[in-house]
Amino acid sequence: MQIYLPIAEISVNAFLLLGLGGIVGILSGMFGVGGGFLMTPLLFFIGIPPAVAVATEANQIVASSFSGVLAHFKRKTVDLRMGTVLLIGGLVGAALGVVVFNYLKAQGQVDLLVKLCYVIFLGVIGGLMFIESLNAIRKTSKGATPKRKKHNWIHGLPFKMRFRVSGLYISVIPPLIVGVLVGILAAIMGVGGGFIMVPAMIYLLGMPTKVVVGTSLFQIIFVTAFTTMLHATTNFTVDIVLAVLLLVGGVFGAQIGTRIGVKMKAEQLRILLAIMVLAVCGKLAFDLLVMPFDVFSIAAGGH
Amino acid sequence: MLRYIIAFIMLALPATAEEVVLGLGKVGVAITTSFDGSDVLIFGAVKREAPIPEGDPLEVIITVSGPSEAVTVRRKEKRFGIWVNVDAVEIDEAPSFYAVATSAPLRDVLNDVEDLRYKISVPRAIRSVGAPMAVQDAGAFTQAIIRIRTKSDAYQLLENGVSVDAQTLFQTSIQLPAALTEGEYKTRIFLTRSGKVISNYETSIDVRKIGLERWLFTMSRENSLLYGLMSLAIAIAAGWGASAIFRVFRL
Repeated sequence: MQIYLPIAEISVNAFLLLGLGGIVGILSGMFGVGGGFLMTPLLFFIGIPPAVAVATEANQIVASSFSGVLAHFKRKTVDLRMGTVLLIGGLVGAALGVVVFNYLKAQGQVDLLVKLCYVIFLGVIGGLMFIESLNAIRKTSKGATPKRKKHNWIHGLPFKMRFRVSGLYISVIPPLIVGVLVGILAAIMGVGGGFIMVPAMIYLLGMPTKVVVGTSLFQIIFVTAFTTMLHATTNFTVDIVLAVLLLVGGVFGAQIGTRIGVKMKAEQLRILLAIMVLAVCGKLAFDLLVMPFDVFSIAAGGH
Repeated sequence: MLRYIIAFIMLALPATAEEVVLGLGKVGVAITTSFDGSDVLIFGAVKREAPIPEGDPLEVIITVSGPSEAVTVRRKEKRFGIWVNVDAVEIDEAPSFYAVATSAPLRDVLNDVEDLRYKISVPRAIRSVGAPMAVQDAGAFTQAIIRIRTKSDAYQLLENGVSVDAQTLFQTSIQLPAALTEGEYKTRIFLTRSGKVISNYETSIDVRKIGLERWLFTMSRENSLLYGLMSLAIAIAAGWGASAIFRVFRL
């Protein structure tokens, strides 16, 4: 069934979009990632203009994250206090991100900068995470109790705060910085930034994996809602019809994903996330290194 | 879904020439939610009081062009091992859609001078005033836009796409793709003999979003704050709804 999208000005298959939304929703519920890093390139591929894909994707993430976070609330795996701190950083970052996005768009280098940062970020994060969780899995299979490193330089910073659900007593500075960085990424690429956020929470902040997923989703809702509003009012690129098609699949997927995630061990969850992060990194690197199909590209508007 | 929009074109006649004086018709394409491209049927007749002139037969060229806009074409090059956008050329006016249908190969029915004058062929329809000094081969950028848009059926050259009966009746069908921008689609009909335009006529097809499409589009531009909030409300409601459904069925 073909549906014409009023803002994207293109006709697309409705069932294809429902299916895409569902798959991405499952990942969202399982790992606490928004899924935008997968969805946005897929939308490019079916011909949605990049600006519309990025803005609309943010709106869809609001829905699937909200669905996922409700399922996590029921299991008491959301650290509201930590989520709020991350969120404050995230909103600041999102506002910065939209400014950066508009500037880079005018320069025509938006793709390049974002992709370069991503390849480096994802490669490092994915690689470290993969090794760490592999070791953890080996240790547990040998019967040893897994130990998380309890103290590092982060614990020496001032402005300490108690995060009960996560069982942490740390400074608010690292979560704030993590929030700002993720907010910038969210606005630029239309991704919730979950796959940067989740590893940062596990390894930099030392939060338990189970709590990380729910907390990440909690703050993603607000950051992406903010991003959606900014895109809707400054660029007029949120396509509500596209968003509805994607989010119907997404909200159900998120519920299913949460249920799968709860049944898995923390190390298994981490290693799967690591593989996913590495796969995305590989794809981006491939695009940069291999000659494009057409070296010319068309963008609307003049300088 | 095929929709036929019919343009009646009546061509009549000062006594000596074959000239276009009047066109009328119910012309318009409505973009609804289920819009999936549309066929536009354009037909007309040449009425004349004098006998058909001797010599080369009458040929017909029909063009349909969508709203023009400025576009920037960028070229990637390999720098430091990665592919980067290096050059950019701004094309001042490129139609979002352009179709040329002719009754015989374009080269036979139209000479270069006339093409330049009336801007009929696809490369002529694109206007590029100046490329930056740094770019040597600006032509490659114009060719790129034609190549990319031809691939997506946004630009079409339909040679022998117009059928002409007895040098009097002509008709063609032009397919508008699903990815259609709204606006006035300028439709031109040229009558040629020996490569020269002897008469031309202009009308337009009105392509408009209607109903829900119209409402959403207008709202997103004129009431963007409300539109954004509505998008968010739908997202939150859907998220809550899915959660409620799963709870009720204890999945």
